[in-house]
This record gives sequence, C-alpha cells and structure tokens, in this order.
Amino acid sequence: MSVHRIEFGDSYPPLPGHVSGGRLERVLRSGRFAVTAELNPPDSADPEEIYQRALVLSEVCDAINATDASGANCHMSSLGICALLKAAGYSAVMQISCRDRNRIAIQGDVLGAAALGVHNVLCLTGDGVEAGDQPGAKPVFDLDSITLLDTIRAMRDEGRFLSGRVIESPPRLFLGAAANPFAPPFDWRPRRLAKKIAAGAQFVQTQYCFDVARLRAFMSEIRDGGLHKACFILVGVGPLASARAARWMRSNVPGVHIPDSVIQRLEGAADQRQEGKRLCVELIQEISEIEGVRGVHVMAYRQEELVNDIIRDSGVLKNRAPRAQGAEPTPGAEII
Amino acid sequence: MRALRRLATRHAGPFERLYLVCDRLALALAPLLVKAGLERLERPAAVLESWTKGALFDCNMCGRCVLAATGMTCPMNCPKGLRNGPCGGVRANGNCEIEAALRCVWLEAWEGAGRMRHGGRIGELQAPLDHRLKGSSAWLRRMVERARLGSAPP
Ligand code: SF4
Repeated sequence: MSVHRIEFGDSYPPLPGHVSGGRLERVLRSGRFAVTAELNPPDSADPEEIYQRALVLSEVCDAINATDASGANCHMSSLGICALLKAAGYSAVMQISCRDRNRIAIQGDVLGAAALGVHNVLCLTGDGVEAGDQPGAKPVFDLDSITLLDTIRAMRDEGRFLSGRVIESPPRLFLGAAANPFAPPFDWRPRRLAKKIAAGAQFVQTQYCFDVARLRAFMSEIRDGGLHKACFILVGVGPLASARAARWMRSNVPGVHIPDSVIQRLEGAADQRQEGKRLCVELIQEISEIEGVRGVHVMAYRQEELVNDIIRDSGVLKNRAPRAQGAEPTPGAEII
Repeated sequence: MRALRRLATRHAGPFERLYLVCDRLALALAPLLVKAGLERLERPAAVLESWTKGALFDCNMCGRCVLAATGMTCPMNCPKGLRNGPCGGVRANGNCEIEAALRCVWLEAWEGAGRMRHGGRIGELQAPLDHRLKGSSAWLRRMVERARLGSAPP
C-alpha cells in the first residue's frame, strides 16, 4: 500500500472508493480522528475577516465549516466564505440550509461550489426565520435535509439534476448531514440518521454535546444498527463562555440542550471562561473514547482563539503534527 | 380542529385500516371511473377531500397525500412543511422550535406510526413536493395514476 501524505490545500488525486478529492474524506477514510470547526461568519464584505478567522482554526482543523445564515441571522454567504477559504488553500465544508433557497438556486450553488474546488457539503434543513434577525422573511423550505442529500447524491452519482436533465461534469462532493441526538423523540433519532445515510449522507456533524450519557445511549443504538460503519460521525462540541451565555444559548438557539449540572459547574467556578474551556477539553476526551465516534466538530462561537488550545489539550490528534499555514508537513503527519 | 387531529393520531390504528379499505376500493374502481370521465370531477373531488381530510387531519391539500406513511398525521402542519421527519430544533418539552405552543408534528406522527400495522413506512423517503399540485385532489390523482398504470402494482 502506498503512503499518501496529507498536505495543505485540499485537492488530491482521486483514490478508489473516494468520492471527493478532499482532505476531510482522506483523513476519515484513513482511520484518523478528524477535527472540523465552524467559522463565525462576518457581517462584512472584507475578505481579510475570513483569512484572520480561518488562520486561528487552521492549525488543528481538517476542514472549516462555512455556515449558511445559521440561526436565520444574515452574514456573509457560505458560498462566498468557501471561495475565500479555497483561495487561501483551506479545506471547506459548505453548509446548505433549505430555509432561504429553492431547489433551482441550491443545485446551481452546488455546481458553483464544486467548480470552486469545494469538496464537502453539509445538508441542513435550517432554523426557522423566526429565530433570526429578520423574522419577517419568507421561509422557503422547498427541499428538506433529506431530499437535499438525495438531490446532490443524484447530481454526483447519476450526473443529473432533480429534473432528470444531464449534468455534463458532475460535482465530486463528500456529503454530510447534521444529527441531533439531544432532541426528542430520542428513540427516533438513530432511525432518522439511517434515513439520512440512505439518502446519501457520508459524514455527520452533530449538534453541541453537553450530555455524554445521552450521546452514549444514542451511539449504542447507532452501533446496534451498524450505522457507525455506514458513515463517519463527528460530535459537536464547544466552549461555553459563562453560565449566562449557556442559559442564553439553551433558550435561544434551536436544538441546543444544556443540562443544569453543566450550568451549575460554570456558576461555581472562579473563572467561568476557563472552566468552560476545561469542560470542553474533558468532553472531547470522553467523547473520543466512545466507539463509533470518528471526530469532533468544534463550534466556538466568538471564542475561536481557544480552539487551538482545546484540541491540543484534549490530545485527540495524537501523533499528528499540528499544521500551520505555509509550514512544511512533518514526517509524523504522514498517513497511510 | 386540533382536537380531531389528535384523535386521528391517537387512533392511528383504526384510521389506518379505514384508510387502507378506502384506498383499495378507490384503486380497484379507478379504471372504471376514469373511463367514465372521473378526471372532470377534479373540483368537486377536491372540495370533498378538503372537507373530510381537513376536519380529520387538518389536511393542507398538498396534492400528494402521505398520511399512511406519517402516522396518520399531516406533516404539512409542521411550520417548515417537513415531509421526511423532524428537524433538529424540537424543544426539550417536545414542542416546535418555531411555534412554542405547538407540539412537534413529527412527535405525534412517530407516536401514531407506533400504533399502525404499517407504521414502518414512516422511514420511507418522500420526494420533494410538486408545488403545482397544491389544492388539487390527491385521491383523484392516485386513482388516475393507477388507471394509467393498468393493473401493475403501485
Ligand atoms: S420542531 Fe417539529 S413541527 Fe417544528 S419545525 Fe421542527 S419538525 Fe416541524
């Protein structure tokens, strides 16, 4: 078996069994623990904002997620962010939400993104417009996360649009989905993931995990169904800045569940920000031990500068040398 | 209306049987009725369907009925119109992320499916909706499509 070096940038010659030429797929398929992180999108037309924010994440991340107006708040578009990330040599995960665009716009964006060199797409239903800064907007929801997955899978594998019209050069994309093991109905969540996998999901990034017991229960059902072998599961984590921030998130961000015990722990700490960071490191260590978990997805909203430390302190990268933009990959970073 | 809808979900088992009987009957008669010019009855059929299914299921007349695969709960009552299962925003108390006072439609659907003989159909992948069908009769469409297919199974 030949040795493939994982390098900067994000384009590799295709390997058998791989659908994209991207870094994230290579890392996951090689059996390495993967790290992705969310980039907080700017309210700005200045590309420098993206470069700055990507730089702090890039040393420990295999791919950077470009959110699509998450929480229904308006920011720079995910396609715009992806284009800038690609131009700077980073690996990007383009998030697509079904809230703001119909099937015609989305399929066009998928081709555009693939042409720009984006290799990963995360298919989301999207939060309701009511959650965001423009609650009077028209919610679209022409597709849902599952029909979106199925649509892009058909574009890639069958080379056709939803209408059946032929695509001359199909997009090569590694397809992702979200999962929320922490939202009811709990007993249905694994089956919902199975449906997403059937529709084309190859990797999954979950909602924030602050409740490891619930995650364990979910993962045990996932293993019973063999789903952990059918897709790569990356568990969502993030540092809480304070007990107040945690309470705010719990009641204002759809789908986020934070147990009281976590809030109490933060409240009892002298330095809540430090405690939030420590909690995040501990969570990553616990989560990474669970069978079937193949990586973590760090969402450190407005605390991106902590991501580097958190990942290093957690030790999940083991012998993988941390990378820096422009530095030479070290021999230890080689993977087979 | 919501009370009746709950009733349909709570008794998803009997409702499923009733639905299947009607469905089979309609499909069996379809070729005959289509020959007799059933397609011209679009208006009255849509009105009749909207009254009955509106009362029983809060039907939104999407034109492509999936009740039998969604626990006898109309998924078009989900504020996002999701037809393939719940979003990730369901609140800890089981209510909708958008309408805080509404129980998530998919929680009801899931419970309804548990009471049905073919409840497993809730796992079926539903294709994107054809928005041109809005307001038309799903019953009629099903019969006409069946008649066109001849005797081939659906
Ligand atoms: S919480 Fe349930 S009813 Fe509300 S938008 Fe999500 S799936 Fe639809």
